[in-house]
Amino acid sequence: MSHGFGAALKVDDGKPRLPGSLHLNRRLSQWLHFRADGVVEVKPGKVELGQGILTALAQIAADELDVPLERVRIISVVTPESPDEAVTSGSLSVQDSGSAIRHASADARRIFLSVAAQRSGVAFEAVTVTDGDFIGPQGKIGSYWQFAEAGLLEVEASPDARAKPASARRLVGISAPRRDLPGKLRGAPAYVHDLRLAGMMHARVIRPSVRGATLAALKDGPLPGDARLVRDGNFLAVLASTEWDAEAAAARITARAEWHEADTLPEQLGLIGWLRDAATRGERKITAERTAEVPAAAHRFKRSFFRPYLAHASIGPSCAVARFEGDQVEVFSHTQGPYNLRADIAKTLRCPLEKVIIRHMEGAGCYGHNGADDVALEAVLIARAAGGKPVRLMWTRADELGWAPFSPAMLVDIEVSAAADGSLLSWHSEVISNGHSGRPGRSPVPTLLAASHLAEPFPVQPSINPPLAAGGGAERNAIPGYQIPDLFVATTRLLDMPIRTSALRGLGATLNVWAVENVMDEMAALVGEDPLTYRLRHLEDARGRAVLESVAAMAKWTERAPRAGFGYGIAYARYKNTGAYAAVIAEIEAQDRIFCRRLWIAADCGEVVNPDGAVNQLEGGAIHGASIALVEEVRFDRRRVTSDSWDSLPILRFSEVPKVDVALINRPEAPFLGAGEASLAPAIAAIAGGIHAALGVRPWQLPFSPESIAKAG
Amino acid sequence: MAAFILNGSEVALDLPDHATLLQALRGPLGLSSPRFGCGAEQCGSCMVLLDGKPAYACALGLDAVAGRSVMTVEGLGSAEAPHPLQTAFLAEQAGQCGYCLSGMLISAAALLAANPDPDEDIIRAAMEPHLCRCGSHNRIIRAIRRAAREMAA
Repeated sequence: MSHGFGAALKVDDGKPRLPGSLHLNRRLSQWLHFRADGVVEVKPGKVELGQGILTALAQIAADELDVPLERVRIISVVTPESPDEAVTSGSLSVQDSGSAIRHASADARRIFLSVAAQRSGVAFEAVTVTDGDFIGPQGKIGSYWQFAEAGLLEVEASPDARAKPASARRLVGISAPRRDLPGKLRGAPAYVHDLRLAGMMHARVIRPSVRGATLAALKDGPLPGDARLVRDGNFLAVLASTEWDAEAAAARITARAEWHEADTLPEQLGLIGWLRDAATRGERKITAERTAEVPAAAHRFKRSFFRPYLAHASIGPSCAVARFEGDQVEVFSHTQGPYNLRADIAKTLRCPLEKVIIRHMEGAGCYGHNGADDVALEAVLIARAAGGKPVRLMWTRADELGWAPFSPAMLVDIEVSAAADGSLLSWHSEVISNGHSGRPGRSPVPTLLAASHLAEPFPVQPSINPPLAAGGGAERNAIPGYQIPDLFVATTRLLDMPIRTSALRGLGATLNVWAVENVMDEMAALVGEDPLTYRLRHLEDARGRAVLESVAAMAKWTERAPRAGFGYGIAYARYKNTGAYAAVIAEIEAQDRIFCRRLWIAADCGEVVNPDGAVNQLEGGAIHGASIALVEEVRFDRRRVTSDSWDSLPILRFSEVPKVDVALINRPEAPFLGAGEASLAPAIAAIAGGIHAALGVRPWQLPFSPESIAKAG
Repeated sequence: MAAFILNGSEVALDLPDHATLLQALRGPLGLSSPRFGCGAEQCGSCMVLLDGKPAYACALGLDAVAGRSVMTVEGLGSAEAPHPLQTAFLAEQAGQCGYCLSGMLISAAALLAANPDPDEDIIRAAMEPHLCRCGSHNRIIRAIRRAAREMAA
């Protein structure tokens, strides 16, 4: 598909509307395959990122088909057979893929039952399904497995198929255990890192000494074992039969390479000034505008909020295996978007799409666009020199933390006014940021790291923002969910991109939700109102109110008593303004630095497929948010990213992680809303509220480190 | 040539000095559970038991383990006879991507061997060397407590 944003953007192509990704991948056989041995293969185009999506999708299919979960086998994405569901991102997998699989399964069930009913002369309505067997009034009249080879699914899905009513579902809504955990807990091969192919060689990349450096000279010298250099312009790698020789060879090449260097990065200490300056050359768009005549304001203030570059910081460095057979290359990758990756590899190699096959395998959790796609292209580039042998390339920790795309630094200015009683009158905000998507597959030139390092380099394109209909990027959640008569939001996308940026869990919401919620807190304080009450009276959406009221009850918000050194904050957002609702209360403790001790979350994710899976995501997202709030910041000098180890890029450790309680408001009749990102930004905002409650200051820059607190007013 | 005991069986390898124990385990010894995370003893993904104590396999040379006993998750339990920690992690669904879990199991096993009834603070301290990015920490703590109860029963 051309736009690459998946089903999130509804395409008006004149065809009857089908749910989720089924609309663009209409053939039932793309999604489902029954086997004579009693197994149904379900083929989503979304991929497992550690979020448990494959378990949830199996539940949806099994429920709709009336087969036990054990009969469902999920086939991981492989191009070109799997449906193209673009990127697994944006908390859209259950919406896009789950809706498609539910409808496809309902349609498949209808087709199979019709055939069985017709052949046996039994009325369609009289047939039931038990364990995949079709039972008529006189007994069994067939099964999915019996008709498996009949080609019944070689048709387009019918828009008329009807999924079961919510009340008839048995497997959706239960906490089925994760299908992948038993193997992972035995230490079985689970990730692309664990793939072992016959004759497989190992590779390492030697990065330019600093960003933008070009190779000046490379001294000759021996390499360990059978290691050899692979070079294309400024892209240097080594290839060896063993991992230890590849690693040792990379160290030697690093020591022998001389690079032309220059300052290409802004001063970190002057980053805010740099953002404002770059904004004068940026692309400004109006995100929302709603004008109204408003009475004279009694209260008015203007605030700015800043966020540094953030790293995905996956625990496993990115890895890929690539193998050429003639001019065709097969790539094993933990990409989030197999078709998008295929497109950019083909662009880089200047070959037809069909010459690139992507096979998805799991990696460590990515939390957005990390190095997964970059390493895949690099493995391909190196495999060109491997004579048909498979090449496994694993990034180093420094590659992952120093060279993967980062979530951009951002600045938001908000000017707000309210009547004497605190009722909001106007809200004007300006968001400044690089684009939040440098994902492959969406630009005429490849966006992958090595593409700009080749002898014939591709230019680096400034990253884009997904359209607002898909949730936006920098502007994500910049539009408050509260009632405001006079609203204006503009977003400036920077076209200078000294540091490559792309999507990280929450995108711009990480900053925008905190900024909005901070303004709500501050206005509430100005008129002497409780932050919860103040939010509720500006919030019309009943589901939003319900999560706020629910979290307040869980944490006993109204009964909270002042406690020296501790503070409580509350925050709310509906993710992307169209996704899941989440409200969070944070308990923080102020010592020499800030600790978050507890988080309470209430969330409404619409229909919940797997409650424990949703809770796990919400819990993990909030801890991720706490880590961003308290300790995370990508650091750089004028030439290179310096926070390229866990020492220099800390994330929360066990002793610092808050306890988390989650309440889900399940709405079985409502559409799926996703769960993976909803709690992250509200957790940050709630922590900021807690800091104010404990210390009386409102920090305006992330992370809420002692330096940030010292600057807070 | 370095000889050591791996998951109860003797193994001998002749690898160059710059090969790490982790590379040996994942390479010629064919194991998957010890995982590479940082190569710098900062994340715990590669943790193994060395004579019963947690050790970072990413930074150990083979000479450091000669004549000693190395245990990985493959040696902790099996599908048929899982270690109580493996059962407890499943019961608590203590994981998301799972990449960190092998190391977590190793340090938890060492902890429970030394202290059959650790409280939450002791568990957090024992797990401090381990990074988890998915935010499964609280589930992991619950799973370790559950395993302790099961082992005491």
